[in-house]
Amino acid sequence: MSNTEKITPYPKAIDKVEFIYGIADSSLILAQRLSELTGHGPTLETDMALTNIALDLFGQVRSYYQYAAKLIGDNKTEDDLAFFRTEREFKNVLLVEIPNKDFAYVIGKQFLYDQFHYLLLRELQKSEDVTIAAIARKSIKETAYHKEFSSNWIKRLGDGTEESHKRMQTAIDDLWKYSDEFFYPTAADKKMLEEGVGVNLEELRKEYRSNIAEVLEEATLEIPELEYFQKGGKDGRHTEHMGHLLSEMQYMQRTYPGMEW
Amino acid sequence: MVVLENKVEIDKKLFPVLKAVNDPEIPVSIIDMGMVREAVLEENIAKVKITPTYSGCPATDMIAFDVKMALEQAGFNPEVESVIDPPWTTDWITEEGKKALEKFGIVAPVDATSDKKALMGEKHILKCLNCGSTHTEMVSQFGSTACKAQFRCLDCGEPFDYFKCLI
Repeated sequence: MSNTEKITPYPKAIDKVEFIYGIADSSLILAQRLSELTGHGPTLETDMALTNIALDLFGQVRSYYQYAAKLIGDNKTEDDLAFFRTEREFKNVLLVEIPNKDFAYVIGKQFLYDQFHYLLLRELQKSEDVTIAAIARKSIKETAYHKEFSSNWIKRLGDGTEESHKRMQTAIDDLWKYSDEFFYPTAADKKMLEEGVGVNLEELRKEYRSNIAEVLEEATLEIPELEYFQKGGKDGRHTEHMGHLLSEMQYMQRTYPGMEW
Repeated sequence: MVVLENKVEIDKKLFPVLKAVNDPEIPVSIIDMGMVREAVLEENIAKVKITPTYSGCPATDMIAFDVKMALEQAGFNPEVESVIDPPWTTDWITEEGKKALEKFGIVAPVDATSDKKALMGEKHILKCLNCGSTHTEMVSQFGSTACKAQFRCLDCGEPFDYFKCLI
């Protein structure tokens, strides 16, 4: 390569691609965390459910990445986006990268995500971008099942034994600070909203809070009071856990680039 | 043209070829599963659109491959495209497909409204394939594949799969 040849940052930062990352990366990272439980779930049924949810999310992410890769051009593929982007280039919310710790954390993260994900997809179905709207129409059917699963477990653990209640409350208290980042619009989110492609995220906050409160109340769990929430993931600033997660997720393709099954 | 119950039109010459392609996880034709959305023949080019059941269904790539193989073996030049809109629904499974599912031991999706109720937390009434009892319960909404839920019969104890509705 000659010195004069311009090195373009990879991947090309275009607003719609960044916007798609903002949606798809959260699902990918959550699915990666869920797949850690494959073969390790607390019961056979739960193990299969969590693995199924991970599979649904991976499938949805593939559709988004295939589209983003097409927008980037340059012969990029969905795999390039998943396996060859660096930590800073991932735009997922912080919530999904938090380690599983115990089953209450797994359910807590899933619940806080599903409740948002469902509202997001509901709105995305109206997107003026036909591909994004189509992916949303397909995904929302699956996410309805996820939302029901995680909400039921919140109730079961919250309103269960003394131990399950204590653990569920601890997880909710700890995860709560990550439950507001969804509604913080990035520059790409704002641009896409202007173009009729995106969603007014801030408008979803109230409905989200009220839906969550309803489930937590039924679960006899207390809603934490917090004024300062954590954010940064959507701008590429992640927790210390993200690098470890990526090193495992990307290991194979980084070691043997282009390897296929 | 062969017109299916789910309104999909399939070229007469392509119909027997596609009918013979099964879902790799369930011995039911992809036509009866409602996965074929369009199949037209232009000169010798067979243009087929297929749709996945669930986004993450790992069988999707395999099905596209099987369709290509079957069409090539039948002497056509295949162009297979995967589409997701409109999203697949269990309503597209044909009557023949439902019978084939039950023969294989999977309870076919009940009508869409009863499933919507189940999603809202109300109970399903499914018949056990082993003893015919309706005294059954759902064990988990997620089963051995993305498209199935797990049930069990409370009378004979038989566990069984239910092809859950996607509407």
